[in-house]
Amino acid sequence: MERRAPDLLGRRLLFVTGKGGVGKSTVAAAFALLAAEQGQRVLVVEVDSKGDLADLFEHRPVGFSPVQVHPGVFAMSMSTEASLREYLRLNLRIPVLGRLGPLARVLDFVAAAAPGVKEILTVGKICWEVRESIEGRAGWDLVVVDAAATGHIIAQLGAPESIRELVAVGPVRAQTEWMSGLLSDPAVTALNIVATPEEMPVNETIELVERARAELTVPMGAVIVNRVLPELFTRADQETFEALREPEPSARLAELVGAAAAGAGGSPVAATVGTTAVLEGARLAVSLRRTRATHLSHLRRSVDLPLLYLPYLFARAHGLRVTRVMADALGEELGL
Amino acid sequence: MSPGRTSASLDSRSLEPLLAAKEIVVFCGSGGVGKTSVAAAAALTAATRLGGRVLVLTIDPARRLASALGLDGIGNVERRVPAEALKAAGIEARGELWTAMLDTKQSWDDLVASHAPDEETAYRILENRLYHNITARFVQSHDYIAMERLYEIHATGTYDLIVIDTPPTRNALDFLEAPRRMADFFGGRLLRWLTMPYRVGGRRGARVINVASRPFYQVADRILGSQFLQDIAEFFLNFQSMYAGFVTRAKAVERLLHDKRTTFGVVTTLEAAPLREAEYFCEQLQDRGFHLGALVLNKTLPAYLLSPEGDRAALLLAAETGPIAEALAALDAPALAEPERTARVLRTVGESFLNFAVVAKREAELRAELARAPEVIADVPNFDADIYDLAGLARIGEHLFPTG
Repeated sequence: MERRAPDLLGRRLLFVTGKGGVGKSTVAAAFALLAAEQGQRVLVVEVDSKGDLADLFEHRPVGFSPVQVHPGVFAMSMSTEASLREYLRLNLRIPVLGRLGPLARVLDFVAAAAPGVKEILTVGKICWEVRESIEGRAGWDLVVVDAAATGHIIAQLGAPESIRELVAVGPVRAQTEWMSGLLSDPAVTALNIVATPEEMPVNETIELVERARAELTVPMGAVIVNRVLPELFTRADQETFEALREPEPSARLAELVGAAAAGAGGSPVAATVGTTAVLEGARLAVSLRRTRATHLSHLRRSVDLPLLYLPYLFARAHGLRVTRVMADALGEELGL
Repeated sequence: MSPGRTSASLDSRSLEPLLAAKEIVVFCGSGGVGKTSVAAAAALTAATRLGGRVLVLTIDPARRLASALGLDGIGNVERRVPAEALKAAGIEARGELWTAMLDTKQSWDDLVASHAPDEETAYRILENRLYHNITARFVQSHDYIAMERLYEIHATGTYDLIVIDTPPTRNALDFLEAPRRMADFFGGRLLRWLTMPYRVGGRRGARVINVASRPFYQVADRILGSQFLQDIAEFFLNFQSMYAGFVTRAKAVERLLHDKRTTFGVVTTLEAAPLREAEYFCEQLQDRGFHLGALVLNKTLPAYLLSPEGDRAALLLAAETGPIAEALAALDAPALAEPERTARVLRTVGESFLNFAVVAKREAELRAELARAPEVIADVPNFDADIYDLAGLARIGEHLFPTG
C-alpha cells in the first residue's frame, strides 16, 4: 500500500470533512496556517458557518467576503444567498439590488427538494475562487474548505453531477462541466477526512472512502487521525509498570513517596492516596490508548490512503495556540 | 479502584424518578457525545429497575451496539431483546426491553401511502425522483420522520416508556421545529405561489401563459431551465393533495412533544464546544416550553485525577532521578531490577497523571460554570473500553440510576 506523505500543499483545493465533533475545523485551520507559513496565500472557507473557524485564529466571526485573520490566511463563511447574488451578477449580468427576499425563500424551498441546488452554490463559489486563481484573476495559492460533515459531503461534492442529470440545457449545465473538471483533477483537488480513533468516526471514514470512490470523481487526499493519545510504555517498560502496581511494590512506592514528601508536610495516608491515584491514572491512560489502537488498526487495514496523525492536546482545547501546535504536527507528518 | 464520578459542584441525581413519571424521553445533544449509548442504557435500566415494557427507538447506532440490541439489518420493526440475552449479560430484568431503528425511507413511504387521497397519487409521489431526494438523500427529513414515528408508536399504547435518540443534524434542535415546519410548508403561501401557474392551466404547457409575468420564473428559467421547474412544481402539486392529513398529524406530533408526559434529556461531554451547544439546547428547550428533565454529562474523567495528593505524588515522580527506583530495586521483582528503567517508568507515570489532571481540571471548571442546568444531572464516567454490549449499557445505567 502506498502510504507516502502526499504533497497536499502543492494542490489548489483541499476539502476537509469528517464526522461531527472530530475536530474538522481545527484541521482545516491547521492546513491553512501551515500553508501560510510556507509562504502561500490561503483562503479558508467555512461551509457550515458555526463561527468556529475564525475563532481558531482568535479573530471575530467573518462573513462572505474574505477577511485576513492571520498573516497569509484569509477566511470567509459560506452563504448560499450571497453566492447566488454573486453568481447572478457575474454570470447572467442580472444585478440584484438589496435583499433577495422572496427569491432566497423560494431557493430554500426548492433546495429542500431538488438535489444539489444549495450545494452547487457552495461548491460553485469555491470552484470559482480556485479557477480565478489558476487563471491569474484571484490571488489564492490554496483554498482550504472546512466542508460539510461525512453525512453530507457526497451530496455537496456531487452537486455538479446531480445538477447535470437534472438540467438538460442552459448556462448552469455548461458551468457544471468546468466545475467537475476542477474537482476531479488530482493536480488541483484532494478530499481529506478527519477521524478520531473511536468506533463511529472510524466506521464513517471507511464508509465514506468507499462511497466517495464509487460516487464521486474527486481525488482522495489523506485521512487525518486526530486526538491520538501518546504511547506511554515500550513492552519492557510496560512490564515494569505492571510490576509497580503489585501490592508490595505499590505499598513500598507509597512509603518512598511519603518519605520524600515528608519535608513538605505530607502524611503517609496522603502519600498512599496520591500514589494510588497516580498509578490508576496511568492504567487508565494505557487502556484508553489500547482501546483506540484497536480502532486505529481497523482503519489502517480498511483504508489504503496515507494516514496523518495529530496528537491529543492535554494543555489546551481551542484558540490560535491549538491551531499552531496542530499545524506543526501536520507539517511534520507531511515531511515539511 | 474503579473510575468514579467527577467531583460535583452540582449534585448528581438519579434519572429514576423522571423515567418513572414520564412516557417519552427524548435524548438530544451534539454529535459524538454518546447519545445513542446513553439512550439505550437509560431504556435498559428503566426496564430492569422500573419494569414494564420499554422501547428504545434509535437512529444510527454503532454496528456492535446495534447487534447487541438485536438490530442487525432490521428496519422499522420493533423487536424484543430476549430475556436470555439479558440474563447472559448478568441482567435480571423485571420488565421488557424492546428496540427499533428508524428507517427514514420506509417511514416516509408509509406516511405517503396513508395520507395520499388515492393509490394513483401515492404511486406518482413514490416514483418521483425529487421525492427520492427528499427522503433518501437529505438528512433534514430524519427530523420530522423521527418525531412522526415516535407519535405513531406512542399512539398504539404498547409501551410504558419510549426512549428516543435524536438524529445527527447540523442544528440538533431542528427536530423540535420539524412538525411545525412541515405544517407551514404544506399550508404556506409559498407553496401555493410556486405551484400556481401550473394549477391555473392544468398540466404541462399551460405555464407559458402565467409564468412569464413572474420575476422568479424569469430568473429561475435562465438558471435552471424550465423542465426542471416543472418537475418540481408537479411534485409539489401531488404532495399538496396530502395537505389535510399531514397538517393534522404534524400538529398532533407537536402537541405530544409539549405534553406533560414527555421530557427531554440533554447529553454532553465536558468539552467546551459540545457543552456550549448543550447549554444552548437547555435554554432553547425551556424557552420553547418543553420539559427539560435531565442533563447527562457523559465520558467524564474520574475524580481521583483532581486529588491534590495525586498531584503532589505525580510531581515528585515526574522529577524522579533515581533514588526511588534504586530503593524499589531492592524488592524481589525482576521487572524492577533495573533502576534506570524503573525511573523512566515512574517519570512517565507522573507526567501522564499531570497531563490527564489538566483535562480533569478543565472539565471541573466547565462543570462549575454550567448555568441554567436542570435539576437532574447525571455523570457517566469515561469507561476505558468501548461500550458495545448489554453488560456495558448496564454499567452506564448504574451511573444514570445510581443507588445509595
